[in-house]
Amino acid sequence: MKPASPLRRILPPVVAIILFFLIWEVGCLVLGVDEFILPRPSVAIAAYFQWQEAIWPNALQTLFTTLVGLGLAILAGTVIGALIGYSALIYDALYPLLVAFNSIPKAALVPVFVIWFGVGTLPAVLIAFLISFFPIAVNVATGIATVEPELRDVLRSLGASKLDLFLKVGFPRTLPYFFASLKVAVTLAFVGSVVAELGASNRGIGNMMVIASSRFDVPLVFAGLMVVALMGIALYAAFAFLERRVVSWAYR
Amino acid sequence: MASSTPCVALHDVSVVYQGDDGREVHALEGVSLSIAQGEFVAIAGPSGCGKTTILKLVSGLMPATRGRVLIDGAPVRGPQKNVGMAFQNPTLLPWRNALENVLLPLEVVEPHRRAFRQKKREYEGRALELLKLVGLDGFANKPPYQLSGGMQQRVSLCRALIHEPEILLLDEPFAALDAFTREELWGVLQSLWQARRCTVILVTHDLREAVFLATTVYVMSKRPGRLTHVTHIELPRPRAPEHMFEPRFNDYVHDIYTRIGEVRI
Ligand SMILES: Nc1ncnc2c1ncn2[C@@H]1O[C@H](COP(=O)(O)OP(=O)(O)OP(=O)(O)O)[C@@H](O)[C@H]1O
Ligand SMILES: [Mg+2]
Repeated sequence: MKPASPLRRILPPVVAIILFFLIWEVGCLVLGVDEFILPRPSVAIAAYFQWQEAIWPNALQTLFTTLVGLGLAILAGTVIGALIGYSALIYDALYPLLVAFNSIPKAALVPVFVIWFGVGTLPAVLIAFLISFFPIAVNVATGIATVEPELRDVLRSLGASKLDLFLKVGFPRTLPYFFASLKVAVTLAFVGSVVAELGASNRGIGNMMVIASSRFDVPLVFAGLMVVALMGIALYAAFAFLERRVVSWAYR
Repeated sequence: MASSTPCVALHDVSVVYQGDDGREVHALEGVSLSIAQGEFVAIAGPSGCGKTTILKLVSGLMPATRGRVLIDGAPVRGPQKNVGMAFQNPTLLPWRNALENVLLPLEVVEPHRRAFRQKKREYEGRALELLKLVGLDGFANKPPYQLSGGMQQRVSLCRALIHEPEILLLDEPFAALDAFTREELWGVLQSLWQARRCTVILVTHDLREAVFLATTVYVMSKRPGRLTHVTHIELPRPRAPEHMFEPRFNDYVHDIYTRIGEVRI
């Protein structure tokens, strides 16, 4: 397949985003929507520039929280995913528990974590971790459990050890699943850390938005939302880029 | 090792599979055979009679339910390092290019494994030479999905040969190829075997293939598989495509064909 030209790849999303903001802007103007209800994007952007010195430390704090939570989720998710992917016994044992944990609304855990760990970075990291762990574990498990028996036989007939099998077949075979899960997990991790910061932190974008809304500074709230969305896109794009690099064989 | 010890020996081997529904499938029953070092054996028989199962036993991928499997006189307890195997499907690793796929056994099998980093250049040279031999000059860097089925099968053959195994196990490696490619690869395989003098067990549906390549052709009965007939092919080497039109060649094919007809009923 011929790769699409850069223009063809970049233009449609840019046009879509510009259109989105344009409709938002014009809609608000035409309908005369109050700024306290829904500020126009231009107002939110103006608020961003007005407050950017205050926004950036908070944004970086949120980014840090998200990345630490995601990093932990990658570690734990890969290990648990590999375990349940390899062992039908562990799969049977752990899967209901994992599903149960994943069904718990993570926002409901925020107050619990505050009781346990106090207000601060830790609850946010934990929520980001919990929310992004599941898709990684499930995808890694799927990748490993669905290794074709024929590929396994190729290695086994050479007398390969279990470790060889993992390194030469299981691991590479799982990478496409892993990257697919990362792209989901990274956006979820952002949701997790911001949700936690809303109630359980004295720093971060979430915290900043709470303060802004208590002052009825709705444009600043939306400026915060935009910054979160931007960071989400940036990380997603970074992982998508890595994915193309590492597992190009899966996209033929 | 005494020259009288067969390279591969099966003594009264039976294999019973446990199906998913709990019912037993008797795949092999009382199979005995003895293959000398350097022999080229072909096994032909109806579908489902247990040919692949025999190869799995010899490669150590699975144990026999009853009976003994010996390589060089020693019982097979697990995967063997001096065995090369090519499966009916190419089974290439899709994330590796042709060259890297061929190199795989050297990364796993001792003593190459230990030397792999130091000798990488040498090994790559060896792999490239093999690829050239099977007509894949210039395709070393292509990923499997950019190769045709026949090309993938050639790569798989190279992979089975790269570590210079003592025993080569081939499970219908040419079945999915067109007639021209197939006959071309018979020639390649024959010259490889003549050069290396390894022991080959070739499973095939194609009686002409069996007669063209093998020194000994075994015919199996339908399930539960038994060896019902042995034919020694006394045709001179190297055998060339035009020999396939000679009456002697066709007599062999016809004779074995008749035997298979008998076991099918
Ligand atoms: N893992 C398994 N579980 C249960 N039954 C099996 C299993 N593998 C093979 N069998 C059965 O054992 C019999 C022999 O299988 P085998 O694959 O050795 O046949 P084959 O001679 O290679 O057939 P073909 O020529 O079609 O490849 C078949 O009837 C098959 O259904
Ligand atoms: Mg078979």
